[in-house]
Amino acid sequence: MLEVQGLTRYYGRFRALHDVSFRVDAHQVVGLLGLNGAGKSTTLKILAGLLMPSSGSVRVGDVDATFAPNRLRRRIGFLPEHPPLYDEMRVDEFVGWCGQMKGMSRTEVARRLPEVFELCGLGDVRQQVIGTLSHGFRKRVGIAQAIVHAPDLVLLDEPVSGLDPHQIVGMRATVRALGEHATVIVSSHILSEVEQTCDRILVLDGGRLVADGTEDELSRRFGTGNRLELDLRGTEGDVRAILEGHPAVRDVEVARVGDGIVRASVALDGDVREELVRALVEANIGVRRVEEGEGELERIFLRLTTEASDEASEEARA
Amino acid sequence: MRGIFVAARRDLSAYLNSMWGYVIVAAVLLLDGILFNAFALTDTPRYSADVLRDFFYFSFGTTAIASILLTMRSFAEERQTGTMVLLDASPLTDAQIVAGKFVAVMAMLALLTLGTAYMPALVGVNGKVGFGHVFAGYLGLLLVGAACSAAGMFASSIARNQVFAAVLGGAIVVFLLTTWMLARVSEPPIKEILAFMSLFDKHFRGFMNGRIEVQSVVYYLSVTYVFLMLSTRVLALRRWR
Repeated sequence: MLEVQGLTRYYGRFRALHDVSFRVDAHQVVGLLGLNGAGKSTTLKILAGLLMPSSGSVRVGDVDATFAPNRLRRRIGFLPEHPPLYDEMRVDEFVGWCGQMKGMSRTEVARRLPEVFELCGLGDVRQQVIGTLSHGFRKRVGIAQAIVHAPDLVLLDEPVSGLDPHQIVGMRATVRALGEHATVIVSSHILSEVEQTCDRILVLDGGRLVADGTEDELSRRFGTGNRLELDLRGTEGDVRAILEGHPAVRDVEVARVGDGIVRASVALDGDVREELVRALVEANIGVRRVEEGEGELERIFLRLTTEASDEASEEARA
Repeated sequence: MRGIFVAARRDLSAYLNSMWGYVIVAAVLLLDGILFNAFALTDTPRYSADVLRDFFYFSFGTTAIASILLTMRSFAEERQTGTMVLLDASPLTDAQIVAGKFVAVMAMLALLTLGTAYMPALVGVNGKVGFGHVFAGYLGLLLVGAACSAAGMFASSIARNQVFAAVLGGAIVVFLLTTWMLARVSEPPIKEILAFMSLFDKHFRGFMNGRIEVQSVVYYLSVTYVFLMLSTRVLALRRWR
């Protein structure tokens, strides 16, 4: 559905994107993950037709961005991080105008608006002046303008930024619902958002695509397996010996945290928590706490972005 | 064409739904009225044609000022508020966006110009007004408005904010107004070119006196086209920057 080939973008002499290639199938919800300045917004702006690439190509279906940029923009809906809204207009007036601007007739707009308002949860504020809306509703109006013309590809740049927890939950549901009607690309630097809303993750760092896959695929390729944190009564040596002796344990970190108490962080192949606890208890080691370790995706993300930054630094030095 | 009118509708509603449009129209009409009262309607008896000529003379200035004030927001404000992205991400071409904004400004200028019609009517009540003179004068004002608006839109397309857009637009218009002075101190063929470029001296005097000169119509339309085209180029360039 979306095919990106060798996308490179310079701002003056600064290379913001370097040889980024990926494909996205129809109705996938894809997360574009990266630290600030990784190239997420530049990628989305190129996909939305706001910027032309320095080299490379973008195709949505059979439309090439370089040769038919206006046709491409007709098939794309874009929500920037700060929703572009005319504060003096009413919600229905604004979204309707956006629909007409994107080539819809008045009749088509009138038929489409109720569906869009329901999808975006705007039914109650449809006649309200945009300037009077809360930040959460403004984001929703931003999404409504992006999808009013039923695009094939919806691009959302940091859709949850600035939202309160309640609004974030609502926004997640909206993004998932969008995926039933269109292909969605969501950029974010918040891992939990990408984990919870996306089918697939693209990790950008320093303008390069450093990983591409589902969460499971990334875990298998870059991860260290399931991770547990345990507080144990025993010596560091005994704890390490028992844990390292278990065949499902891939990695062990042990640190003393109190008198006779050690904290162990263990990477596991598969869910062997009960076996591991039994082995510890049988070795007369007291088990005081067992908890799942920090998110796997977070570790992968940190690892990927750190490695890529190191490589970039080496390249710059060379 | 449809895209142009969709873009124009939004800008026109922005003028009509905000104080800005009304303030400009009211201020310009007030200024026009004061100038008309002070300079055109004097105690000494005058021919109606002379009064009309003076009316179009100062209306030239107020129309140019109104054009710059109306267009200073065209692109600069959209960029400042971040709404330019709506137009940039739409299937409208850059030419349609520029043309749409231009149509909206011209509609406002036409409304403003219509608001001055009571002044020639007053002259008509107390004297004899030639319809041709009034028509030529108003056509001239609209052509001047079109040229100044196009220059203002170009300034707005390259300026970072509205104030700078107004200053730059004003500077372009002042330059075009004063080319006749530069022509005096220049050598041919630059002299002829500068003299021909004069926005008022060379081209508006005819309209002011009730004459429609083809070369002046072509001149104003050319200035309009060149600045609108430049604005389109500036929009297109932003995608490559």
